[in-house]
Amino acid sequence: MVGALINQLLQGVLLGGLYTLFATGLSFSAGVMRFVNIAHGDFIVLACFALLTMTTTLGLHPIVAVVLLLPVAFAVGFTLQRFLLQRVVGEKILLVILVTFGLSIIIQNGLLEVYGADTHKVAGGWMETSTIALGPDVNVGLFSVLTFIAAVIVVGSLDLLLYRSGIGVKIRAVSDDVATAYLIGLSSARIYGVAMGVSFVTIGIAAGFMSIWSNFDPSAGPTHLLIAFEVIVLGGLGSMWGSLAGGVVLGVAQTIGAQFDAAWQIMAGHIVFLAVLVVRPHGLFPRH
Amino acid sequence: MARTNAAVLQVEGLSVFYGDFKAVDGVDLSVNAGEIVSIIGANGAGKSTLLKAIIGQSNRVEGRVRFDGVDLAGRSTAEIVAGGVALVPEGRRLFASLSVEENLRLGWAVGRKGSIGFDEVWRLFPILEERRRQKAGLLSGGEQQMVALGRGLLANPRILLCDEISLGLAPIVINDLYAIIPTIKASGIAIVIVEQDITRSLAVADRFYCLLEGRVTLAGIPADTSRDAVMKHYFGE
Amino acid sequence: MTATQRALLNTLRLALAGVAIGLAAGPFFLADTQLGVLADFFSMLVLAIMWNLLAGYADIVTIGQHAFVGVGAYAFYAFAALAGVDPYLSIPLAGVVALIIAVPAMALLFRLRTAYLSIGTWVVAEVMMLGAGKIEAFGGGSGISVPIEILRAFGSTRSRRLATIYWLGFALAVFALGSTYLLLRSRFGVGLMAMRDNEESAASVGVNVTRARILCFLGVAPVLGITGAVITLQKLRIAPQASFSIVDWSVLITFIVVIGGIGTIEGPILGAIFFFVLREYLSDLGTWHLILLGVFSIAIILIDRRGIWGLVRRFALPADLIPIAHRSSSENTAVVEQAGLELP
Repeated sequence: MVGALINQLLQGVLLGGLYTLFATGLSFSAGVMRFVNIAHGDFIVLACFALLTMTTTLGLHPIVAVVLLLPVAFAVGFTLQRFLLQRVVGEKILLVILVTFGLSIIIQNGLLEVYGADTHKVAGGWMETSTIALGPDVNVGLFSVLTFIAAVIVVGSLDLLLYRSGIGVKIRAVSDDVATAYLIGLSSARIYGVAMGVSFVTIGIAAGFMSIWSNFDPSAGPTHLLIAFEVIVLGGLGSMWGSLAGGVVLGVAQTIGAQFDAAWQIMAGHIVFLAVLVVRPHGLFPRH
Repeated sequence: MARTNAAVLQVEGLSVFYGDFKAVDGVDLSVNAGEIVSIIGANGAGKSTLLKAIIGQSNRVEGRVRFDGVDLAGRSTAEIVAGGVALVPEGRRLFASLSVEENLRLGWAVGRKGSIGFDEVWRLFPILEERRRQKAGLLSGGEQQMVALGRGLLANPRILLCDEISLGLAPIVINDLYAIIPTIKASGIAIVIVEQDITRSLAVADRFYCLLEGRVTLAGIPADTSRDAVMKHYFGE
Repeated sequence: MTATQRALLNTLRLALAGVAIGLAAGPFFLADTQLGVLADFFSMLVLAIMWNLLAGYADIVTIGQHAFVGVGAYAFYAFAALAGVDPYLSIPLAGVVALIIAVPAMALLFRLRTAYLSIGTWVVAEVMMLGAGKIEAFGGGSGISVPIEILRAFGSTRSRRLATIYWLGFALAVFALGSTYLLLRSRFGVGLMAMRDNEESAASVGVNVTRARILCFLGVAPVLGITGAVITLQKLRIAPQASFSIVDWSVLITFIVVIGGIGTIEGPILGAIFFFVLREYLSDLGTWHLILLGVFSIAIILIDRRGIWGLVRRFALPADLIPIAHRSSSENTAVVEQAGLELP
């Protein structure tokens, strides 16, 4: 009985790792540029499909595919920011919401056109099927552990990037006060571009794990956006490590909810999110 | 190499518009290498607008700004700063959540690389070295102004534009700040000091301009100009 | 304004009035299918006007307004089919339920700012949709049809029903347009527009920004609920995915308003017309028509954020067709800058 409960909790925590991966890119771009990319989830799904094509049509190993994808992801994010979003950033947030919303619909329907409505999955081979025994009745999937470790590494790396690197100082300056940044000679457009590029690299990493973890289809984007969104609000806006906490809370809430009724899994997550919003509107570990 | 007695900064017939409103009207001024030029004028006279236009921040501009003979038209602020013009903005404008050291590092990152480094800044402002890891938002007004100055200096500019550095500070603090100005001048940097406080700025300046409603109403050498004349042109008739 | 421009303006205004009168008499000369399409048009128009009021004037960009449409649909069914309340009465009652739900929703959502608020509205919509799908009395996940007796209360024959539903839609559209117009011309409306242009300045001259937002949100919710009830009469059934359809009641509405012209009163009308015309000719394109809409709306935002109406105003007309502005915002901007204030 206790073993089963611990199993559930562990599953929830590890699921939180996946959810954190979804969220870090969004937290980074939202924290820096003060706007939320509504198409974030759809870009994750787009990356998943790219990985699918690379692993099936091109026959690449999943890890190789992800490594190849990451620089492309950076370039996509940088270009998107420099040439599209930069034109509407800084003005009323409405415009950014509308543009990224439009992007979301375009990506979803574009994927539908190209790949059809079926769900897909990338085969993870031995990574996917191995389990680790932690004790009597307690087993965890190797892949979920790998995912969680990846989440910790990504969060830690972003934290290091922001607080211990030269570009990080510039990014924090621009997110603090973009007008002053202009005044003293920082090129905020380029810095935003880099920040978005970094955000997209994490999208690529998230897709790498997600494509193996579960099924995905062209319309899965919004669900992932909502998860990422709930994670960063739960964790506290602007806090990278908070996102990890938020992810774990959401993962555990969903897993426990699923115990009562498989269909309650998503609902449970939403309800916990709304409840935390009532009690701690600034999240669990707010930075600002 | 800096040519002595050649104009580092040359402003010719500069007008700056906000919509249809002319904030700066046909201003001519020049700053030579190693000079301290003071621009005085009341609130709203257009001093800050003028500095911002020089650094490339204004949209609608007529006339010309030349830096070392080169026309700055169309250049972004980042390019201008990298070329050797640094602004110490009005109101300090530090990044509150960044540490003192990080704020200074930004100044160094955006400018030219040159002989001024952190050692020089700590020497000028020893108290900042003590507070280097503190968040800039927690410093006193005078200390923040020092950081803003240090940030400008770390860009190794040929000309430093100082916008109202005495604003909101206690007299004793202002004294300390102004005591640094000759040291900066001695290192070869030209300085433009924009102030509402006439006495102090004229005391350090080699030359001055008086701005009223966007126009230059008086220009000259402090030693040769009577206080009455200054008053008249500061306030208008 | 030249004489030709004035003539054009007045002709267009007369044309608009003429069309409105013509539409009012619709069921007397239009075929059943046309009535159906127009009834559809009216519902979308109402949703567009409401979304525009929130997003274009009150600075509340919602991606979840389909929540209240669905609530209205389900409430209508609950009153009319389950509780046996008079079907006509059930429609405004649906609006009341939407209003009641809007209060706690708002209390939650207004803790979030800007884009987070937008996504938050989506979460609320998801919760409501999932919740509705769990209730057996409403047919659970697959929904349930509106009983024929309820439908008969709106007309004994199909034609009569279509006519009634048409008039309900038309009345709702007129109400939405008229009340928005009056609202924007009132002191409250001027405050809203000031708020939209520059929130800090508006607050400093006494506009109670929070109160304005609350009132707009609470005013829009019941209208959305009533529209949900009317839509149910058109769709003849309630179901989680259909009644809470994010595509139909949020995505398309957003595109309509953005393309037509957000923050203008003509925008939603233009956008709705544009969309319906497009749908008639592009309906066989399937997913491509959504992609096109997406591309189009992004392009419009980059070209002129006041949408098609913005382009019309820039190149053809010197004044609004439906006059609500007391002063153009660019004039306000110049005044503020002249006073030496910095605009953010």
